[in-house]
Formats: sequence, structure tokens, C-alpha cells
Amino acid sequence: MSIIGILFWFLSVLALGSAVMVVTSKSPVHCILYLILTFFAISGHYILLNAQFLAIVNIIVYAGAIMVLFLFVVMLMNLNADSEPHQKNKWLLYIGGIAGGSLLLVIVAALKQTAATTQVVQMNTGDVGLIKNLGILLFTDYVFPFEISSVLFLSAMIGAVVISKREAR
Amino acid sequence: MPVYYYIFLATALFSIGVIGVLVRRSAIIIFMCVELMLNAANLLLVAFSKMHHQSIGMINPRAASDAQIFVFFIMVVAAAEVSVGLAIIVMMYRNTRSVDVNFLNRLKN
Repeated sequence: MSIIGILFWFLSVLALGSAVMVVTSKSPVHCILYLILTFFAISGHYILLNAQFLAIVNIIVYAGAIMVLFLFVVMLMNLNADSEPHQKNKWLLYIGGIAGGSLLLVIVAALKQTAATTQVVQMNTGDVGLIKNLGILLFTDYVFPFEISSVLFLSAMIGAVVISKREAR
Repeated sequence: MPVYYYIFLATALFSIGVIGVLVRRSAIIIFMCVELMLNAANLLLVAFSKMHHQSIGMINPRAASDAQIFVFFIMVVAAAEVSVGLAIIVMMYRNTRSVDVNFLNRLKN
């Protein structure tokens, strides 16, 4: 097995294992730390696919900004394993697991027969994901959506401030 | 690497996210599972982008870059969504002193 194959299986097991731990951990802080591990594994997959721009953006935006925001909110609310609401009805746990597992089974079984699955993914080569190509594309053809996203961020910022502002009594 | 492996990996991650949304009752963890599902979709988009770059990259080199720009915009929207969503969760915690989503089954009070 080549080095790329070994890295692929290692990152896949890491991503799936820590994703399972996100769902099963009792403490919210542990959930967030496992989710950061999942995002790092997915960034490793991006590097393996030579999508370096998205790998860096994934680490900066998801593992950096979003997860710090989650951690900040959890620590602000002082949540821990004791204050965590747990599911009282055991049947709902089983039904949720069965429903998710059935979704996995149905999608995989449906996609197993399609023609696209015989194709291979270009690993570790190709310049499509480099910053130069994506940057040129982002500032020529996609410059209008790029500017619109700044308006989206402004409205999200104003919305977050308005929602979380304590109203005057 | 066959694209089938990536389909299976992304579907498994997505299903774990779905199970988390269905099973957990804490609003923050449900929100984190939604993020996990978004990331699974992103991973599959990048894998398909590289698949198309392998197969039709010589004919149409733009086809593969568009997918990665799309993933970039998904990340942009996710970042905006998280800030507003966490503000809503903080507001909910202030009102009910809990992050249990089952407290939200009534609209009055």
C-alpha cells in the first residue's frame, strides 16, 4: 500500500472515530474538542487531494473561528456533563441510530451501481486547488458573490448583536 | 483512490451527523452535528472536483475549480450561520436556563 493509501485510511478512521465521539461524549467541551479533531482530519483529506487553499481555509475558519466561538459559548454558559440534558426515552436513542444507519445504507447501496463510482480521484497532483488559480477565479468571475458575502457577514454580525442584546426593562 | 471510498466516507460522516441531531438533546451539540454534516458535503464536493479534473480536466479546466469555489462559499455561509445560531442559543439559555431543546416545544411564555 502506498503512502497516500496509508494516509487516506488513517485520516478516514480518525475522522469517523472522532465524529462518533462527538455524538457519544457526555461533556460538551469534549464534543467540541473531538469535532476540532474531525475538522483537522478533513483538512488532511483536502491536503491529500491537493486542495491546499480549502485545507487552510478549513483550519482557519472551522477549527479556528467557529470552534472557538462554540467553546466560548459553552464556557460562558458553564455547561458540563452534569448540566447536559440526557435522553430519558431509550427507544428514541435506538430509533435515531437505526434511522441514521438506514440513511447510510440506502445512499451507499444506491450509489454503488452508478457509473461514476468506477472513476478515480486525482490524488496529490493537479493545480486546481492552489491559491493562485482559485484566487484568480474568485476575483474575476466570482467577484460579485464574493462582495455579496461581505454584506452577508455584516447582516449576520448585526443580527447576532441584535438577538443577544438584553432588551431594556 | 476510487471515488467510491470518498462517497462512503462522506456519507458515513453525514449519517453520524444525522444520528447526532436525532439523538442528542443539547442545542449546542445538535448545532455541532449540523456543522459535521456541512463538512461531509464539502469533502464530497472536493473529491468530485478532483474526479472531474482527472476525467475532463483537459477539455474544460474550469469545471473542477468551480466546485472548490462553491465549497469556499459554503464555508462563508456556515461562518455567518454559526454566529447567528449561537446568539439564538445564548438567548434561549437566558430565557429557560437550559440548552435542552425539549423546553422549546411551547411558544407561549
